[in-house]
Amino acid sequence: MKIDVTVNVEGTTLQPERSLSPSQLAMRRFLRNKLALVGLFLMVIFILIGIFAPFIATQDPTVSNLSQVYSKPSSEHYLGTDASGRDNFSRLVFGTRISLTVGFTAMIFTLVIGLVLGSLAGYYGGKVDAVIMRATDLMLTIPFLLLVLTIIAILQKVSIGIFVVIIAFTTWPNITRILRGTFLSLREKEFILGARSIGCSDFRIITKHFLPNAIGPIIVNATLTMATMIVIESALSFIGFGIPEPTPTWGNMIDEARQIRVLTKFPEAWIPPGAAILLTVLAINFIGDGLRDAFDPKGKR
Amino acid sequence: MYKYIARRILQFIPMLFLVSIIVYALAYFAPGDPLTGKMMDPNIPKDVYEERREALGLNDPIYMQYGRWLSSVSTGDLGMSMMYTGKSVADLIKARIMNTVYLSTFALFITIVISLPLGIYSARKPYSLLDYSTTTFAFLGLATPSFFAGLIAIYVFAFQLGWLPSQGTITTIGLTGFDLFIDKIKHLILPGFTLGLSSTAIYMRYMRTEMLDVMGSDFIRTARAKGLSNNSVLYKHTLRNALIPIITLLGFEFGTLLSGAVITEAIYVYPGIGTLFLTSILNRDYPIIMAINLILAVTILVGNLLADIFYAVADPRIRYD
Repeated sequence: MKIDVTVNVEGTTLQPERSLSPSQLAMRRFLRNKLALVGLFLMVIFILIGIFAPFIATQDPTVSNLSQVYSKPSSEHYLGTDASGRDNFSRLVFGTRISLTVGFTAMIFTLVIGLVLGSLAGYYGGKVDAVIMRATDLMLTIPFLLLVLTIIAILQKVSIGIFVVIIAFTTWPNITRILRGTFLSLREKEFILGARSIGCSDFRIITKHFLPNAIGPIIVNATLTMATMIVIESALSFIGFGIPEPTPTWGNMIDEARQIRVLTKFPEAWIPPGAAILLTVLAINFIGDGLRDAFDPKGKR
Repeated sequence: MYKYIARRILQFIPMLFLVSIIVYALAYFAPGDPLTGKMMDPNIPKDVYEERREALGLNDPIYMQYGRWLSSVSTGDLGMSMMYTGKSVADLIKARIMNTVYLSTFALFITIVISLPLGIYSARKPYSLLDYSTTTFAFLGLATPSFFAGLIAIYVFAFQLGWLPSQGTITTIGLTGFDLFIDKIKHLILPGFTLGLSSTAIYMRYMRTEMLDVMGSDFIRTARAKGLSNNSVLYKHTLRNALIPIITLLGFEFGTLLSGAVITEAIYVYPGIGTLFLTSILNRDYPIIMAINLILAVTILVGNLLADIFYAVADPRIRYD
């Protein structure tokens, strides 16, 4: 049994000043979590690499040079070149930008769908809830990967934008379920009853009372969803159904290793993007876990 | 409890219908019909084409087409493949599905054999060295995408060390009996571990949390208070109760493993329905795509149903009405 000592201790030491708001307390707890800070540090580095990609990369990642295919690492090409003679290092750097952007936007899309459906189901309950929940059940029945691939096969042509919409459209059930649970528990709280009794509109109750009170679970799940999105993007690009070439993404780079020759002879071409995915996901998971502990210190996980 | 099981089975039937409607809708939105593409010559006049459409019932209202499709599917007729001319979808799937079942079963076996004992041990000695190691492994296992883990495994174990084969299901034709069995197992090891990696990591954590959870409950305190030995408390009281939700979750896991097989099979060029599915996507062979979607969705539905029934039977404390 863990007793939350930190809050009490802080409460007494900070008595004369203004006491901290719940989100400030959560922030403090988060900053005391070493793993979460490591994750945050890694993420900041990746984001900086993504932002300053044009300055870090040595070449244009999309320009191919057929006179220099599969070259070994050199001072000109730190990680060698790929099948079209594109510079692997520059692709890795620009891949950071694409993978993070795709992961982030897909996460935002999913989160918006999840928030709308989850709050409707949780707020209204009853029939609305039943319909939305059956829809999520149904979506979860068809294996996610197969559904995405099927939709890609039907649409035939996939651009980055369409790709993001497809994965958001297929991943919303999980986050909807989680948020609906949070909203359902809020629904019975007295302050919601209070808001209702003074005549607040449904929209106002959802936006002003539901969402701020569910901010913890929302942020935690949004963070973890972003990791999922990055993995999904890279997995689909890896099997050749993700973001079309020549756009550099980590998944597209690893795709090259499906040829035995690249796999065995050019580990420097596919291990760095793989390690980049691993580190990003690890960092995001650390941050997510840290946030979860920070927002819900009593939760045992 | 029986009432609950009966109700759960009754819920299963409309879900089955809804899934079939979704799969059919996907097929309906897929561009082209059995007559466009390779089968039709541009020189053939339009009215012949129309006649053929009429004969095949493609001009009927959509609900009639759906009804016809459903009745043929329920008799096991999944239609004809578009890329493998003259082969029925059912035969193509039958030839490969067992390979995928072996792979998923093997991955599930690995998951159970590794994750449960480690989870139990780390719950018994929380914050020990082994607990920290398993936690680290779980974090890494969850963060490593299966395709990257697979490539690393091939690179290290198949090429650098040369211990295991990296492709297919058998080395040479002509092996029989026990040799064939061993050869097949050898081909399963790398794909099996790759497929089972993330679920191993997840279940290790689940098992640990679940054990610690049960250990904190009142009846465990009672068991300890009446002087039962540590082992008896741990294995008879705690483990039994902790296993219930785990086994239920494993019931859901089988479906996840089946679809995860798409990626794993692609890495290891393993002839299962995952590779068949990818080839079909590449060639827009919609009958096969829809059939595999349907089969896996039904498998998942059945898996969920069995898991729910198991849960109701195994845990009489739960009241459902």
